[in-house]
Amino acid sequence: MLVFALLLAAAVPAAPPYAMPGEAAVAPYQAKDSNAEARPYTGDFMARAFHGRAGIARVAGDLVDRAYADPVIGEIFKGHDKVRPTRTLFEQFCYIIGAGCTYSGRDMIASHKDLGVQQADMNRLVELLQRAMRDEKVPFAAQNRLLARLAPMRGHVVQK
Amino acid sequence: MDFTRSCGVAGALLLAATLASPASAGEPRGGGKLLLTNGISTIEGSAGGGLTPWAVIAGNATKDGVGVQSGITVAALRSYDFRSLDLAIGAWDRIELSYAHQRFDTNKVGGKLGLGNNYKFDQDIWGAKLRLAGDAVYGPALLPAVAVGAQYKKSLSGAIVHAIGARHSGGTDVYASATKLFLARSILVDTTARLTKANQTGLLGFGGDRGGGYTLQAESSVAWQLSRRFAIGAEYRTKPDRLSIAHESDWADLFAVLAIGRHLTATVAYADLGAIATEKGQRGLLLQLQGSF
Ligand code: HEM
Repeated sequence: MLVFALLLAAAVPAAPPYAMPGEAAVAPYQAKDSNAEARPYTGDFMARAFHGRAGIARVAGDLVDRAYADPVIGEIFKGHDKVRPTRTLFEQFCYIIGAGCTYSGRDMIASHKDLGVQQADMNRLVELLQRAMRDEKVPFAAQNRLLARLAPMRGHVVQK
Repeated sequence: MDFTRSCGVAGALLLAATLASPASAGEPRGGGKLLLTNGISTIEGSAGGGLTPWAVIAGNATKDGVGVQSGITVAALRSYDFRSLDLAIGAWDRIELSYAHQRFDTNKVGGKLGLGNNYKFDQDIWGAKLRLAGDAVYGPALLPAVAVGAQYKKSLSGAIVHAIGARHSGGTDVYASATKLFLARSILVDTTARLTKANQTGLLGFGGDRGGGYTLQAESSVAWQLSRRFAIGAEYRTKPDRLSIAHESDWADLFAVLAIGRHLTATVAYADLGAIATEKGQRGLLLQLQGSF
């Protein structure tokens, strides 16, 4: 029975990354790691600082929760599916930290176009991420190392 | 006395900022900078590292708004006391207008120099800074924020600074700064080049018996960010040496800065200002409280 279920699962084509079950579908796109827009860290220094994939998942989940509930930037997230960014943000962080994930989400321009994100919103998101990393007890130097790979994306997120 | 004066200046600067038109359209929005990224107030009023200006813009606003910051700095040196009050407006993370009033109390040295005990040198400094390109935090990791600025300085002790050999009681410094926070190392580096004629930032006038033209000076700050709110660092600033009766030294300091909140930043520094007005070894503690919006 179990074997049969496994065979069946293998036979059914995997859902495309833009229309995963349980998530709101987005416009079709080609999934590739370069959509994460950052060079991943090599070695396990960063992965250990973030307490592995479980820690990265806690940070990403916490960040998404805080962002949706935030009085400053919550408005921008309102009405958007929460399941998908929780998954893809985890993948992106995990990929950049070098904890062995591939990124299946969209690039940063496609993810943020028409959201009207301002510089103050970007800084607010950074603060929320800092809180999430602090609660995970990620050392400050490692927090900044993740931010170092996110900071260059600003031009693709913040409206001109 | 200098406080009421500073308040009048604050009004004038606010007016200037209101009259200027925004660089980008859209809803103006106050606040929003990351902690500490407005720098601290320098003793000359421009936002920076305390002794040297940085390529950051004063106040808490981003490119979508206008902010202000104001600080009070006191330094107790071996022979002297120093105090400065400053106010700066930062608009659209692009333009900064600043004012500072400096007061340098000679304590007992004043008597020795024939100026009378507790003689005070006073100076007003008006500053303008323009961020030309780059960003201190965001964007390409190796592209710093780059800014140029000018500081018009006017000694209020004109007769005395002439008597000690300065050629002028007023002058204008121009500078260029590059500043970057290297996040991967949690280290901020600033380098500033300044053209100046000022003796002891202008408190002892401009130019002297050893020359009257502009001199090129180098300044630098390095800060290590230890948490979201806390950083420690060091600064160095070369100085001209134009008055043979009052040898002037380069300045250096070690500082610790704490963002107490979004609107309040405290700095303590140990500064070595070398020889000032005939007295060597002017070291001491510098404290600053700064408010920003
Ligand atoms: C460097 C900083 C940022 C990174 C790395 C980032 C990353 C991401 C990722 C990976 C996604 C999901 C893409 C996908 O599922 O295909 C996403 C979506 C989203 N991001 Fe960001 N983001 C950043 C900044 C911001 C900021 C500052 C805001 C607003 C304050 C924001 C608002 C959103 C929203 C609302 C979505 C959902 C879009 C949708 O449902 O179509 N992001 N972001």
